[in-house]
Amino acid sequence: MEKFVTITSNITPLAIEDIDTDQIIPARFLKATTREGFGDNLFRDWRYDEQNNPKKDFVLNNSDYAGAKILVAGKNFGCGSSREHAAWAITDAGFKVVVSSFFADIFKNNALNNGLLPVQVSQQFLNTVFEKVQADKNLKLNVDLEKQKIEIVGHNVSESFEINDYKKTCLINGYDDIDYLLSIKDKIEAYEKGSKYLSLISK
Amino acid sequence: MAAKTLFDKVWDAHVVTEIKGGPSVLYIDKHLVHEVTSPQAFSGLEKRGISLFRLQNTLATADHNVPTKDQHLPIKEALSRQQVEKLTENCNKFGVTLYGLGHPYQGIVHVIGPELGVTLPGMTMVCGDSHTSTHGAFGSIAFGIGTSEVEQVMATQCLMQSKPKTMKIEINGKLGKGVVSKDIILYIISKISAAGGTGYFVEFAGSAIRSLSMEARMTICNMSIEMGARGGMIAPDETTFEYIKGREFAPKGAKFEEAVAYWKTLFSDEDAKFDQVLTYKAEDIEPMITYGTNPGMGIKVSGHIPAETEIDAASRLSFKKSLEYMDFQPGASLIGKQVNYVFIGSCTNSRIEDLRLVAEFVKGKKKASNINAYVIPGSKQVEKQAIAEGIDKVLAEAGFELREPGCSACLGMNEDKVPKGEYCVSTSNRNFEGRQGPGARTLLVSPLTAAAVAVSGKIVDVRDFNLN
Ligand code: SF4
Repeated sequence: MEKFVTITSNITPLAIEDIDTDQIIPARFLKATTREGFGDNLFRDWRYDEQNNPKKDFVLNNSDYAGAKILVAGKNFGCGSSREHAAWAITDAGFKVVVSSFFADIFKNNALNNGLLPVQVSQQFLNTVFEKVQADKNLKLNVDLEKQKIEIVGHNVSESFEINDYKKTCLINGYDDIDYLLSIKDKIEAYEKGSKYLSLISK
Repeated sequence: MAAKTLFDKVWDAHVVTEIKGGPSVLYIDKHLVHEVTSPQAFSGLEKRGISLFRLQNTLATADHNVPTKDQHLPIKEALSRQQVEKLTENCNKFGVTLYGLGHPYQGIVHVIGPELGVTLPGMTMVCGDSHTSTHGAFGSIAFGIGTSEVEQVMATQCLMQSKPKTMKIEINGKLGKGVVSKDIILYIISKISAAGGTGYFVEFAGSAIRSLSMEARMTICNMSIEMGARGGMIAPDETTFEYIKGREFAPKGAKFEEAVAYWKTLFSDEDAKFDQVLTYKAEDIEPMITYGTNPGMGIKVSGHIPAETEIDAASRLSFKKSLEYMDFQPGASLIGKQVNYVFIGSCTNSRIEDLRLVAEFVKGKKKASNINAYVIPGSKQVEKQAIAEGIDKVLAEAGFELREPGCSACLGMNEDKVPKGEYCVSTSNRNFEGRQGPGARTLLVSPLTAAAVAVSGKIVDVRDFNLN
C-alpha cells in the first residue's frame, strides 16, 4: 500500500446525502477480476447519459474541479453494498481523501484498506466547505494525517478528526493488516485450541 | 461477573488478541465466498504466495451473476461467465468447497448457509457481502466485509475489527393481519433512517420477534445493514434449535445436545447495558412500502409520502432528487399507482416460507395482464421443496413462472433487469437508483404485498383482500 502523506488539493464537491456504493460503482461494472480500471465508471450513471456522453451538470465533468484529490460528499457516504470496488473506483480516479459528516462502516474500512483516507467532519464544517466552494471553485483543503487536522486553506477554518492509532500507523507507513495478522499466526493457532465453536463442529 | 449482552458474549469468545489504541483481532468461524468479491482476494493470496489458512472454515457458491433460466447451459453474458468461471478455477486451485451452478446446494449465499446447517448460534461469520447480517438471526455475529478483508480471512481466519456499540430494538405485541416480518424491518428503518444504526450492532428482541419463525427472523436481520448497522442478531431459542436440528452440517447426536446446552447461554443478561435501546409496538406496524431511493424512505402502504416541510432542511435537496428519480410528488399517496414489474426473490425474501406465502395468496387468482413477474427461489433446495409442494404449479396457474436460484433482479448483474423508468415492486432490500437496472424505480415491500400488487397491477393495501 502507498504511504499516506499530507495533502493539499482542490476538491470535488458532491452535496448529496446517503450516497450508496451502487451509485459510486453500479453492479454491472463489478465483473472485473482485477482491482484496476474502476475509475472510469466512478459515479457512472450520474456522470454519463445512456449514449455514454458526459452529463454537463455533473461535478466530475466540470473542468473547474479537475485534478482534485479530495472528494467532499454529504452525510452517510458509502452506505449499502460492501463492494470494495467503490473504494477502488475512487482511488483509481485519483482521490486520496473523502470528506463527509458521516461514513458507512464498511466503506470506511474498505477505504482505509486502500490508502484512501475517510475524514469525518462536523456538519457545520461540511456546510462551510460547500458554501465556500460555490464562491471559489478552486477552494483548497489541507489534510494532515499526522496532526489529524483538516483545514480550509486561506480561510482559517479548521477541525481535528478521529482515526484510531493502529490505522493511522498503517496509513503513514503503508502497512496492511495481513502483514500484521500473518505475524501472529502462533496466537491464532493457540486461540483455535480453546475455541468453543470449533470443538462443537469437529466430528 | 459483569452483565453482558448477547453481542458481548459472542464477541468476547472470539477475540484472539487486542491491539493497544486499535482494533481487536477477531477469529472468524465461517467464511462464505461468492464470485463478485473474491477474485481480487484470491489473486492477493497468489501474489503473497500463500494458501488459505483454514480451508474447512470456508464455503463458496455462485449467485450474483448467474442466469435464472437454463442454468445447465453456459452463461451467455461473457463477463458474468468469466467471473463465475474464475470462481470455479480459484476454488479448484485453492481447494475451497464450491456449491457452483448445477450443484444441488447452490443458491444465494445467505440462503444456503442457514438451510445447510452451516450457520449456527454463537459463531462469527463473514462474507464479502453486506447482507451477511442475515445469519445473525441464529444469534451469531455475522457481517459483511470488503475484498481486502476477504483476503485477510482467507490468509489468517482473522479480521481486525473495532468493537461496535450495541443497540437493542424491542418489538412487543402482536402483528396485525397482513403484516409480516418484512414490514417490521421496513418500519424500523423508516423510523431510524438509513444511517440510524451506523456504528452499532443491533439485537432484536421482544415478544413480536420471539413469535417469528427462523425464516422471518432472517428477513429482519438481513436488512439491519439497511439502517447502517454492521449486523443484527436475535438470541437463539427453541425455534432456533428446532430449525437447526438434523440439517446437513449441523452437529448431530451428543454433539448437538452439547451445542444446545451452550447455545442456551447465549442471551443478553437482564441488567446488560446497551448503548441505545428503542422500543416499538407491533400493533403500530402496518404493511409498508418505500417511495424513495434508500430503504429509510418507507411509509405505510395506506399512508402518504412526506411533504417537503416534514423533511430536515439539510436533507431536502437529497429528498427532492430522490422523488424526481422516482417521479413521485411530496405528500402523494401510492395507492392505485400502476406498476408493471414485480420481483419476488433475493436473500431477504426467497425462502420456502416466502414462496408459500405468495402461493397461498395467488392461489385461484390471476396475475394482472400488465405485470411482468420474476419469482426466484433463493436456492436449489428451496426450488426443490417448492416443486415438491406443488408451489410451482399454483404459481403457473396464476400466471407466474418459478425460475432458477440466484440474486437476479435484486441487483441486475445477470440479464434479469427492470427497464428504465419502470416501477418494480420488489421483495429485495435495496431501492437505490439503478439497483435493479439503469433508471429502474424500486419499491420495497413484503412478499405478501408483492403478491397483492401482482394480481392487482397497481399498488394496493393487501388488507383489502380477504386474508385467512
Ligand atoms: S440477493 Fe441481492 S442483496 Fe442478497 S446477496 Fe444477492 S445481490 Fe446481495
